[in-house]
Parts: sequence; C-alpha cells; structure tokens
Amino acid sequence: MKPFHLVVGEDLPKRFLSAAALLVALGLMFGLTFLVAWGAGWGFWPKPLELLTLADGTKVLGELWDRESDPVGTGLRWRVKVGNRDLWGSDFRVVRQAEVVKVERPTDAWVLERWEYGNFYGFVLSLDADGQVFDPKTPGFQAILSRKLREVASLKRQSDKLAAKVARKAQASEEELARLASLQQAQEGCTLLMTTAGGERKDIPCAQVVHARPMNRLGFWGKLAVFGERWLEFITAEPRESNTEGGIFPALFGTSLLVLLMTVGVVPLGVLTAVYLREYAGDTRFTRAVRLSVTTLAGVPSIVFGAFGLAFFVYTLGGTVDKLFFASSLPTPTFGTGGILWASATLALLTLPVVVVATEEGLAAAPVEVREGAQALGATRWETLRYVVLPYAKPGIYTGMILAVARAAGEVAPLMLTGVVKLAPALPLDSSPPFFHLERKFMHLGFHIYDVGFQSPNVEAARPVVFATTLVLLVLVVLLNLLALILRNRARNRVMSQAL
Amino acid sequence: MSAALECRNLKAGFGDHLVLQGVTLAVPSGGVTAVMGPSGCGKSTLLRCFNRMNDHLPGFFREGEVRALGRDVYDPTWPVDSLRFSVGMVFQKPNPFPMSVADNVLFGPRLLGIRQKQELSEILERSLRAAHLWDEVKDSLSSSALKLSGGQQQRLCIARALACKPQVLLLDEPSSALDPIATARLEETVLDLATSVTVLWVTHDLQQAARVSQHVAFLYLGELVEEGPTAEVFANPKNQLTERYLTGRFG
Ligand SMILES: Nc1ncnc2c1ncn2[C@@H]1O[C@H](COP(=O)(O)OP(=O)(O)O)[C@@H](O)[C@H]1O
Ligand SMILES: [Mg+2]
Repeated sequence: MKPFHLVVGEDLPKRFLSAAALLVALGLMFGLTFLVAWGAGWGFWPKPLELLTLADGTKVLGELWDRESDPVGTGLRWRVKVGNRDLWGSDFRVVRQAEVVKVERPTDAWVLERWEYGNFYGFVLSLDADGQVFDPKTPGFQAILSRKLREVASLKRQSDKLAAKVARKAQASEEELARLASLQQAQEGCTLLMTTAGGERKDIPCAQVVHARPMNRLGFWGKLAVFGERWLEFITAEPRESNTEGGIFPALFGTSLLVLLMTVGVVPLGVLTAVYLREYAGDTRFTRAVRLSVTTLAGVPSIVFGAFGLAFFVYTLGGTVDKLFFASSLPTPTFGTGGILWASATLALLTLPVVVVATEEGLAAAPVEVREGAQALGATRWETLRYVVLPYAKPGIYTGMILAVARAAGEVAPLMLTGVVKLAPALPLDSSPPFFHLERKFMHLGFHIYDVGFQSPNVEAARPVVFATTLVLLVLVVLLNLLALILRNRARNRVMSQAL
Repeated sequence: MSAALECRNLKAGFGDHLVLQGVTLAVPSGGVTAVMGPSGCGKSTLLRCFNRMNDHLPGFFREGEVRALGRDVYDPTWPVDSLRFSVGMVFQKPNPFPMSVADNVLFGPRLLGIRQKQELSEILERSLRAAHLWDEVKDSLSSSALKLSGGQQQRLCIARALACKPQVLLLDEPSSALDPIATARLEETVLDLATSVTVLWVTHDLQQAARVSQHVAFLYLGELVEEGPTAEVFANPKNQLTERYLTGRFG
C-alpha cells in the first residue's frame, strides 16, 4: 500500500483551492439565478389579505410584504401593501409589530387590480349593474361579478380602439362619435361599491377593474391559477401605471427584434470580413494591423459604441436619409432620431469583433488537404470556399453568433443613446403598411429593469415586475444561446470524420 | 508512343531551397508509372508540377518546361481548371469533402456545369464502379462521406477524380494511411483503371512499385537517377544509387 499522501498526490492543496474556486463560482451563479427566480415567483404568487387591528383601534387591510427591524426603538416593524393609492397617496404602510393586537384573514376581503392607482384592498358592499344590485353574500356572486367584468372589459376594448382611431383622424364622423359615446355609456352602468378596512366608502367603475379576487377564499389550486394568469398577462400584456404593473410584451418584442436585426446585420458582415482577412488578404503587416484593431474593438466600453451610433448612424446616416426621402416631414426627424434600426446597427458594430474572430478560427478548421482536394478538381478559390471550407467554418460562425447574441441581448448602455424608450407608443412591427417601422423607438427588457427598478416613483411596488423582467431576460438569453448551440453542434457533427 | 506527361530540365523549389534540380522525365501514355525515392526527395513537388498545384504555395518558383497531354501546362489559353479536369489527383491522406458520398463524386461535374439529373446519376454510378466502390455505397449515397472507412474514403477520392473524366491520374502515396487490406483493394482498383487512364503513382514502397507499375522513375535529392521499364530497373539497375536503394542499403 502506498502512503496516503502519495495516493492523493502532493498537489492536494492546489486541487482543494481550484475546487473551492469552482464552488464559489457555482455558488454565485446559482445564487443569482435563485434570487431572480425567487423574487419573480414570490412577487406573482397570490398573497393572503391580512386584516390588522392596531392598539388604537385602526384597522389595516393588505398584503404583508416585509418584516424588518425597527430603526427607531426595538422590535420589528411590518411593511404592509395596503394599496388604495387614490385615497392615501402611497401603496405601503409601515406598522410596528408591538402595535398590532389582532391579525385576521377575512374571507370577504377582496383585492381589485385596477387600470389606474394600483390595487384596491377592501370589502364589497354591492355591485350595481344596470340598475340591478347584487349583494356579495348571495351565492354565485363571484361568477356574476366576473361575467360583468368581462362584458365591460370587452366594451372597453372596443371603445379604446375606436377612441384611438378617432384621435388619429383630424375629424371623426358623427356616426363614430355616437358609437363611441354609446360604448362609453354602456360601461358606466356597472359600478362596484367598496369600503376600505377603516370603513371609508369608495365607488369603483367596473371599467377601471382588471381583476377582482377574494384572495383569502382561494385554495392552492385557485392560487396557482392566479399565478399562471399573472404570468401570462405579464408576458402578453402592455404595461400600465408607468410600467410598474401590467405586462412587458412590448419590451420582450423589442428585445427579440433588436437581437434578430443585429444578428442579420453582423453575421454576413463579420463572416465576409473574416473571409477576406484569412482567405484572400494573406498574412501581411496590414492584415495583422486590421486583426489587432478588430480585437481591440472588442474591449471598447459599450457606451462609446452608443456615442458613435448616435453620431454616425442617427445624425449622419439618419439625417441624410431624412433629407433625401423624408424631406416633407422635416424638421420632425424620421430616421434622424434614435430607433430600433440604428440601435441594432450599433449593437452589430459592437459584436462585430467576436464574429470576425470566431469565423477566422472556423475557417482555420478547414484542413489544407481538403482545400487542395477541391482545387485539384478545378474549383476556384471562391468555389472551394463556398462548398468545402464553409461547412468546416460553420461551427465557428455559430460560435461567433452565440457570443454576439449573448452580448447584445444584455447590453443597455448603447441603446440609451440610440433609441430605447421607457414607453413606446407603438411596436416596430404592426399591421399598418409598410409593416416594418424600423425608425420607431422601442422598449427593451434590460432598459425596462433599469427604468422600473431604479427610476420609477413607486420602486417598492414595482419589485415583482423588476424580478420577473429579469427572469424573462435571463430565459430569453438562455433560449437564444440554446438555439445557436444546437445549430453549432449540428454543423460540427457534419464535418467530423469517423474514419481514421 | 507519345508521352502523357513530360518535363524537361525542370528546376523548382520554395524560397531559396531548390527542390527539383533539373528533372527530365517522360511518362508514357497508358499504364502505371511509379515514382519512387526516399522521403523529402521531391516526389510530391514533381507530381504537383503537372497539375500546377504548387503555384499558390508561398515562395514557389519553377524553371523549365512542363507538358501534359502534349500541351504546355502554362499555356495561357489553357485555363488551370480545365487542366485539372484532365489531370486528376489523389492525395496522401484521404480528403473527402464534408458532404454526402454522391455530392463528393459529383463535385467536379457540377463545377463543369452539368445539371441534368440523368447525366449526373450516370456519372455517379460509372465513377463509383470504376473506383470499385459502387457495391459498398450504393445504398448510402446520401449519407456523409466522412462515415466511410479510410480505404473507402480513398477510393471515393479516386471516384471523385474520375467523375471529371481525366486522361491522367496523379497519385501521391495514396496508400500510406491505409492498412494492408485496404491497400490491396486500392492497388487492384488502380490496375483496372490503368487500362484507360495514364497513372503516375508516387510511392516510397518498393514492393508496391514493383507490383503495380510497368515503368519506374527513381528520384534522389531532387535529381532523376534512373528510369525505365519496371522489370528491367528492378532486375539490373544501371545506377549504383538505385541498386543501393533497391537492396535497402541506404541512408
Ligand atoms: N510548401 C512548401 N514550402 C517550402 N518547402 C516545401 C514545401 N513543400 C515541400 N517543401 C520542401 O521540398 C522538399 C521536397 O518535398 P516533397 O516534394 O514533399 O518530398 P517527398 O514527397 O518526396 O517526400 C522538402 O525538403 C520539403 O521541405
Ligand atoms: Mg510527398
């Protein structure tokens, strides 16, 4: 038997050190992912409505968000989301734990998600719908309420659409105005008479309500359904309340389209550049200088690219395009201002180095023997490149694409100079000709996180949205990477020889 | 008998290294001519002069005439691609393209502009049969050529060259990466071919040269030491270097 230290090897400390480093790295990565997923999951999971009775007899109804140590005095204080911003100005209320004498979960407490002013927490007195009055204690009340809300929501959708159409036109027809008025009137017939925990009365028009839920009555499956509904809405809906509520669809769409346009731009340019450098230019002082500057470009801070994009793409190129093709609408710029086209061009420039370097490596993977084989059959240089070298280079090209997409999807700084906005009035792609409106400003997940998380007036209430947006961005990046990875592995298998 | 390949006082090399020091050689039409010689003596360089494969290598220079099929290979009216269609080549290491068996074989014909399905499938079968590969791959024509064994890959490379209907085939140590059984199959294949195509076969394997060729040339340090009918050269070499090489007392 060998002594133990020989079996393990003398390099035990080094091995331990590297294993520890791996552990730390893994821990950090899992920590980040877990934090984001937890934040997003917690934020969307329906929370019970707690009715607190304080020592002075005040009643507070809301969701318990945090228990933290009290900076003044001792003990804990609770941060309760009480909503009703239209009444009290703020969504949150902080109470000292010591003041709380009673905690209940009343089954008749409701939370209303509203188009404006955030959530309303309280009790339903009655529902007035077209002269009929429904008592919340009558059986089947919940079903009646949901049906009424759905009806009103559909009326609201129609009237909103019509109103937008009317607003676009200089003068609307009598007929349209009359129809709009009747649609709006039909919505007004429905009102929810509510009261807060403290007994304050509040009448809320049904048209203001997105969802009404008696949260404490929901079982696990009911809560799960609400959770799913919230996620679906988050992915597919427009934002509300200066982005702190509602969905992120425009940002998700903007990010995807941005990355797609960037890829479409950078891959051909990068591949052709690399082809010239490696296949045609030969190894001269000039090509070495070009190669060096391309790799140096990769280390330039992205905000510099943003500034360049603004100066060159937006002002110079965009300005020229406006002068040539959109002179009639000047001085209002069309392409001469930030937009998704210029933002993707800027990102394409930013990611050009990785595509060039990776493609060059890919081209180097084509064996000399195979190139000569094609030439010996009379193939020209271009034919050799096109039919024989390219299959070998594809894995490298896809690797470049992976790196480019991964970098571009996460960049925010250059976009802030070249066309991202916190709220875009329209998507860059819609049903009005010419369908692609690449001059339009756009929303972006990364910027959304920054804006909602750090720039909004209501940071605390927006926390779930920030975490959920981060999670969506992470998932999007992972999916894009996965797609490119699959492409690369397929291409790699194709050029792997099984003989010899 | 006219010469299929011919060079006169050919001097060639790379940079300041003169590899071929004035080689004069005539390869007779038809049959197999073997070029033998120790490693590094310039066999590949000589072979590649005939289809101008050296031209793009850095530092390559050449002096002296090179003729193929009775024509100067540097004749400006003879484009290099059409020279290479007539003078095919198979390399030391099997080099199939990363595509299907059929696409490999049809690579040359497609470059020639042949698009008709019927014609292409005729070329495919004829070339694969001539390379003794048809029976092995006829059911997997559309699977990747990289899945074939080394010997099959090398015969595929022969089929690929044959698809352009060359009159001359240059083989640069084609069996050096193959096992003895695959080598035997390859030799058999080439011997069958040699009835219709002139073959110039570079090898450092004496037995192989003796087995396959009717004519040999012995190259040593960039100089052509001796050439003649195989049987004659092997039986009584005129040059002392040749004798020493043949009897293995070398180096
Ligand atoms: N591309 C090249 N550049 C420079 N020298 C070369 C090149 N190819 C071959 N040589 C040199 O030419 C000489 C002959 O090579 P080669 O013709 O390949 O010999 P053989 O095929 O007989 O082994 C060798 O010394 C080799 O170093
Ligand atoms: Mg050689």
